[in-house]
Amino acid sequence: MRRISLVVFILVAMLVTACGGTTPTVAPTTAPTAVPETTEATEAAPVAESGQHISVAGSTTVQPLAEKLAEVFVAANPDVKIDVAGGGSSAGVKAAGDGTADIGAASREIKAEEKTTYPDIVIFEIARDGIAVVVHPEVPVDALTTDQVRDIFAGNITNWSEVGGENQPITVISREEGSGTRGAFEEMVMGEEAAITDKAIFQDSNGKVRTTVASTPNSIAFLSFGYLDDSVYAVAIDGVEATEANALSGAYPVVRPLNMITKGEPTGVVKAWLDFILSDAGQAIVKEQGYLAVK
Amino acid sequence: MKLTRTVDRTIRYLLLGSALLSVFIVVLIAIFTLIEALPAFREIGLVDFLLNPVWHPLPDDPANSEFGILGMIYASIIVTAGAIILGVPLGIGCAVFLAEIAPEAIHKLVRPAVELLAGIPSVVYGLVGMVWLVPLIRDLFQVPDNQGFGFLASSIVLAVMILPTIINIAEDAIRAVPESYREGALALGSTHWQTIVNVIFPAARSGIVAAVILGIGRALGETMAMVMVIGNSTEFPVPLTANPLTIFLARGRTLTGNVVMGLNYAAGVHRSALFATGVVLFLMIMLVNGMARVIVKRWSYKG
Repeated sequence: MRRISLVVFILVAMLVTACGGTTPTVAPTTAPTAVPETTEATEAAPVAESGQHISVAGSTTVQPLAEKLAEVFVAANPDVKIDVAGGGSSAGVKAAGDGTADIGAASREIKAEEKTTYPDIVIFEIARDGIAVVVHPEVPVDALTTDQVRDIFAGNITNWSEVGGENQPITVISREEGSGTRGAFEEMVMGEEAAITDKAIFQDSNGKVRTTVASTPNSIAFLSFGYLDDSVYAVAIDGVEATEANALSGAYPVVRPLNMITKGEPTGVVKAWLDFILSDAGQAIVKEQGYLAVK
Repeated sequence: MKLTRTVDRTIRYLLLGSALLSVFIVVLIAIFTLIEALPAFREIGLVDFLLNPVWHPLPDDPANSEFGILGMIYASIIVTAGAIILGVPLGIGCAVFLAEIAPEAIHKLVRPAVELLAGIPSVVYGLVGMVWLVPLIRDLFQVPDNQGFGFLASSIVLAVMILPTIINIAEDAIRAVPESYREGALALGSTHWQTIVNVIFPAARSGIVAAVILGIGRALGETMAMVMVIGNSTEFPVPLTANPLTIFLARGRTLTGNVVMGLNYAAGVHRSALFATGVVLFLMIMLVNGMARVIVKRWSYKG
């Protein structure tokens, strides 16, 4: 009897932690996770070409999404093998341009000089990643400018009264160094010069950041759009609300494209996979992983 | 006859094999960690790595990155000390109660509860700490810039987590004291409490010290729960106000926390520096365990 209740307790505990959004940290490896219920709907149709290999390299932000898209595609096409490697966005553009990988991944716009260096690359925008600036629900500030956000995260503005709030110290919450969300936030908001303050509370997943903001008065953090809910308040940036519509229209400033790049028009199994990614089923996976669909 | 002897010998070799395997695995992990850490020691330099209080890994700018773990060594020591201060009196008290005082019925209730404590997954401790303990500490102390995340929350969580280790080993040590010692003390007119303090504690001290030291080792190495409540700030921890005790309300990052925080994305020297952090942690825990062995040997009660 005691053993049964122990098992029940552990199951409940696991359920609770899963709901807390901490699962990615519990199992940070890329081992195949339990297939979500929606797989039935998002199953990829088998393609004629098989026994082939696709190599993907580049952005570490795109990596987990590409792995998920590969997993579902390979489940329907067991003869296809897809290798997803990291390396960063610049390495992704280079790998595609040089032809060392079939597909390069970049979590930013492709720069003009990259297009000149590699004139024959073709760019596929597969998803968008919007980052919201969120505050504890009781913070009476509902809009900030990009400059104010930068100064708050750099530790130059330390009191809410400096940005129209009450006389309360600001607690900055951030992701850990190297995180893709943090990288994107640093790139789009902090810029070259400013760095996130060492005083910040660091949490190693979007879920933990959200829980921390929700439970910490006077706190501020950045969060992927996919993790927004009622427990935190997303402030408007430069007067634009953090909504999916504004992100897709381009009005919201903190949005970046997730691109896949090929050298020349893709053919064969590479084309089949990219078609799948841009299909309704593929875009459903994009949404499920917390990104904005482009179709 | 011959068959039984063959079986006997085979089993002996199998057992030897399993013993050697665990040694082999430890050596393998140590070598692997060391090899991965070598580039960091070479690039950063041992002294700079251990004594620089600034940790600034810049993925896109390796030349300007700084990798110093002094603040993390300091944080690990503070958190562990806090866990010991809170956990040891509680653990030893519980062990004495279980071994000497508790009636059978209560023993049957407390013992499984302690075992259950050891069975609760680390992440559950962290979750309870994050949503319940952290706000409690924030509201209780009302010190500016104290948001509840920090050393005190971590020490409390760790103190609870090391309790089963301390209780189990200390209780065994107390129970191992020969019954004749107790009878002798009581016969000489000691009260039960005098017997415990003056006879049983000295007789069981090597076991009790071993319990404490293994608790220290566990607290140093624990990661998941601690990471969720400590704040993980890379700033060198300092007291929040003029009162030096507010150091326990400060945030920080421990050695284990640093490895977990970075390992998902780190590359190059940053990744190697995380393995080097692991090597430092490995050495600290080896030191603690070595101390336990020496003390158990030296301090054994010899009458």
